[in-house]
Amino acid sequence: MPFVPHTNEDERIMLDAIGVKSIEDLFDEIPGDLRAGELQQTPTSISEMELLRLMNERARRDEVSLSFLGAGAYEHHIPGAVWDLVSRGEFLTAYTPYQAEASQGTLQLIYEFQTMITRLTGMDVANASVYDGASALAEAILMAVRANRKSKSKTVLCAGNVHPAYISACQAIVSAQDIEIELVDWDQVTGLLDSSKLPSGKDYAALVLPYPNFFGGLEDVNTLTNWAHAEGALLIGVVNPVALGLLIPPGDWGDNGADIVVGEGQPLGIPVSSGGPYLGFMCCKQSVVRQMPGRIIGRTVDLEGRQGFTLTLQAREQHIRRAKATSNICTNQGLLVTAATIYMSLMGDEGLLEVAKQSHRGLMTLLERVSGIQGLALRFSGPCFHEAVLKLPKPAGEVLADMAKKEGILGGFDLGRMDSNLGDCLLVNVTEVKTETDIDRFVSCLIAALEK
Amino acid sequence: MLIYEISSNGRSAKAQYRKTHSITDIPPNHLRNNPAGLPAVSELQVVRHFTNLSKKNFSIDGEFYPLGSCTMKYNPRGVHKAASIPGFLNRHPLAPEAQSQGFLSCLYELQEYLKDVTGMRLVSLTPMAGAQGEFAGVSMIRAYHEKNNESRRNEILIPVAAHGTNPATAVMCGYKVREIPVTSEGDVDLGELKSAVGPQTAGLMMTNPSTCGVFERQIKEIAAVVHEAGGLLYYDGANLNAILGKVKPGDMGFDVLHVNLHKTFATPHGGGGPGSGPVGVGSRLAPFVPTPIVGKRDEQGRDFYYWRGEEDIPDTIGNLSAFMGNAGILLRAYAYARLLGREGMHRVGEYATLNANYMARQLEAAGFKLAYPGRRATHEFIITLSREAKELGVSAMDFAKRLLDYGYHAPTTYFPLLVPECWLIEPTETESREEIDGFIEAMKKILEEANASPEMLTGAPFTMPVRRLDDVKAARELDLALAK
Amino acid sequence: MAEFPENVRYAKTHEWARLEDDGTVTIGISDHAQDALGDVVFVELPEEGDVLGAGDEAGVVESVKAASDIYAPIAGRVAAINNELEDSPEAVNDSPFGEGWFYKLTPENSDDMNSLLSAGDYQKICEEESH
Repeated sequence: MPFVPHTNEDERIMLDAIGVKSIEDLFDEIPGDLRAGELQQTPTSISEMELLRLMNERARRDEVSLSFLGAGAYEHHIPGAVWDLVSRGEFLTAYTPYQAEASQGTLQLIYEFQTMITRLTGMDVANASVYDGASALAEAILMAVRANRKSKSKTVLCAGNVHPAYISACQAIVSAQDIEIELVDWDQVTGLLDSSKLPSGKDYAALVLPYPNFFGGLEDVNTLTNWAHAEGALLIGVVNPVALGLLIPPGDWGDNGADIVVGEGQPLGIPVSSGGPYLGFMCCKQSVVRQMPGRIIGRTVDLEGRQGFTLTLQAREQHIRRAKATSNICTNQGLLVTAATIYMSLMGDEGLLEVAKQSHRGLMTLLERVSGIQGLALRFSGPCFHEAVLKLPKPAGEVLADMAKKEGILGGFDLGRMDSNLGDCLLVNVTEVKTETDIDRFVSCLIAALEK
Repeated sequence: MLIYEISSNGRSAKAQYRKTHSITDIPPNHLRNNPAGLPAVSELQVVRHFTNLSKKNFSIDGEFYPLGSCTMKYNPRGVHKAASIPGFLNRHPLAPEAQSQGFLSCLYELQEYLKDVTGMRLVSLTPMAGAQGEFAGVSMIRAYHEKNNESRRNEILIPVAAHGTNPATAVMCGYKVREIPVTSEGDVDLGELKSAVGPQTAGLMMTNPSTCGVFERQIKEIAAVVHEAGGLLYYDGANLNAILGKVKPGDMGFDVLHVNLHKTFATPHGGGGPGSGPVGVGSRLAPFVPTPIVGKRDEQGRDFYYWRGEEDIPDTIGNLSAFMGNAGILLRAYAYARLLGREGMHRVGEYATLNANYMARQLEAAGFKLAYPGRRATHEFIITLSREAKELGVSAMDFAKRLLDYGYHAPTTYFPLLVPECWLIEPTETESREEIDGFIEAMKKILEEANASPEMLTGAPFTMPVRRLDDVKAARELDLALAK
Repeated sequence: MAEFPENVRYAKTHEWARLEDDGTVTIGISDHAQDALGDVVFVELPEEGDVLGAGDEAGVVESVKAASDIYAPIAGRVAAINNELEDSPEAVNDSPFGEGWFYKLTPENSDDMNSLLSAGDYQKICEEESH
């Protein structure tokens, strides 16, 4: 029986010490009619050998030859050292650093993560992460409503071109506290928000601004940040961390910078792995740090004056504050934070900039090569980063199904799935892992699918 | 030494080869004009830095880690390998169903096993942690009452010994919290519960075995009281390890529950996460489950797995993540469930309970005081060090710190709050008798030290990379990131 | 041994209130309370001009192991707050009735002070709580 080490001898010694005849006796406080019988739907056990054979076969079934799917999960090269280090037992099987003296490895690592992510985003402080980008945005909205003392409203304005799953997750999470999310339309031509069309003179706790947005587009973050602040609203930025290797960090937006910044950390050394586990990072200005949920690591000293790291500001968290906690969150994404920190260390500023540039260059190459295709056009006119929307002469869903079936190529995301007016639109993403040959294969496969 | 302290301008790992091109199509006002500020180190420096950091950690792989309520059981390596197969790691969450049958079949089967083990009708794997599972569960209760025009039900009842996430979750869902006292035997006070229920009761959140480490013997009466008042019952699955394969929460009368896969299903704790908190529901709450869940239908004689979303489950409380939860963790839980099989599930509860009861008896024999001496331990139990605190001036925290010097991670300290100077101890079923005996020996020695030379405890730990840390300074003088 | 000075009145929720010559009421937390909290790391105060009813939440006092709400013992409008606490929260521990004061109220009705507890009555409550 796997993982249970007891011999018959062990059992006998232990039962004697307890003073019972059998293990069953230890369950005598449980009413008999509650005792479950055999588990009917669970199969009998298989060996590790059989398990790996089964799992390999299933994984093989799902292999595709090439993917240009982005839409919130991005395929970047992960240096070999990252997961070798993350898979060390001391990282993989450690727990929450409740006994700080026995967890200095994890604690220092998270402090370094907090440092790196604040520098990347240009903000003051960061927490040790929350579950993913979508739930991080939900927490940011809750935080903004708490922190914005000037605003009496529980309404948050949100760009309509934020990732649709983020918007719906936020609605599911914040509606219970009577917080409303009001969406702002994007311009049909540029795909971006139009600052002159924003609802001025009303009371909003915050404005949520993506960068890039779901379509890959780059919003006018300076104007929009200043608009929000002039309206007495906090500015919540939702960002892609690899993009920040190249683009202006939210701490520099407008005259005063963003107030809260969140995003999905998956592009930093975490494989796309079917959508999780990922990591949601959260940063903010010093002035609102006590409203930030989640675990936070602080640097301090020990009895002998040596540098050490510990969980801090815990009084805001659920295990102490209980009903008045900033959030019910308990976990942070420790393992993924480890991967992201090691990735950022291996990349450095230079490396991250290269990843961003090469990814964007790849997109530019792809757009050049499809520009000659009859009936195909770039849907939006605004600037974009590493992801763009192609308007096709046929429904995108059909084209994608054909590309997948014929060549095993995932051509991108069918925007018709989020908006029926965009049924002919394909969201395509290129990263540094794609070669020119890959792009050529995409183009010829796309042409074939369109000609059908 | 922080990684920034070994950084040197111009040094890099060269993980990314430079290619000569510039970005001309993005307007310059979008481009950053200052460096990001990440470290500048060579690859060997990175490897050495993080390898040495890892050596400063206690972990299940290295040390016995009897943290109560956390279920620190062995994280099987074969399972880790299975989930790390490149085909799984490289699968995009939005890949079409036709190209996802391998992955979807694993998830579907996991849903089925969790239904079996919990006695529930429907399972959603999407919540990304226990707390998110709780949020989903209480949100479903809220949706149920709203659908039945019973929104006046604005109160959630929670035993006073409950985990902090419970009341925090209730408030996040817009409810008021009413605490129910616990008796000196560790059971929920049934009399108090009866006077607390009424037309304002939306539900009760609890766990069984409770956070006191004992089985809630009157669970059927509790369920009846709450149901009669029109409320629903939520089961916090944190302690499922005690009864895995022995008792099904569905049979105890619970309407909704979450399972902590990172506890009961041995997925790695990774320094604080990720977790995974799938929810299971009975028929009353089935219309409201968080989406997406995996369905199965017949397609030309073969099983075809597909996503069931809002179109299929119109009253869903919605999605709680960008995609569908912590897929990699779900794959690990699936692999673990296959390795255990149904026989293995039964034995988890049995041996977890054997280990806990043995440990409790041995500690009692060594002179420690059990909080509930007249009760069977479940998979965990509580000792109280209040006598030692009063007579010797050594607290539960002092004992915990000294235990680190003996090479053991301390159990959960100061939880539940209602037992003074307490330790909540959970060995799990993967620990051997020798490991437990070693722990008992260490505890005996520490008790001797507490009597003879208490400064060995109050000054502990002595052999860790750091001595005790000044957490007051950490909170007063916030240093949360290295200044540039 | 905790101190229970007699020149102030007390609330059951462990705040003290002192009527000053200028008619304002200075408010802080008792010695018993600061001792129970441990080292104070942060105090969240109301804002000047806030109007509080008796029993309303006025702020939060945070230590490493707890974060407790502080309440307005009587109704009034916040006239001043102790800005020193931002840099020196330890003043709450060192001098709970002196430099560790939290805020001053212009009371709605200074007679409300009579509804608060005397030092003796408050001390009795603290002793009962300790059991």
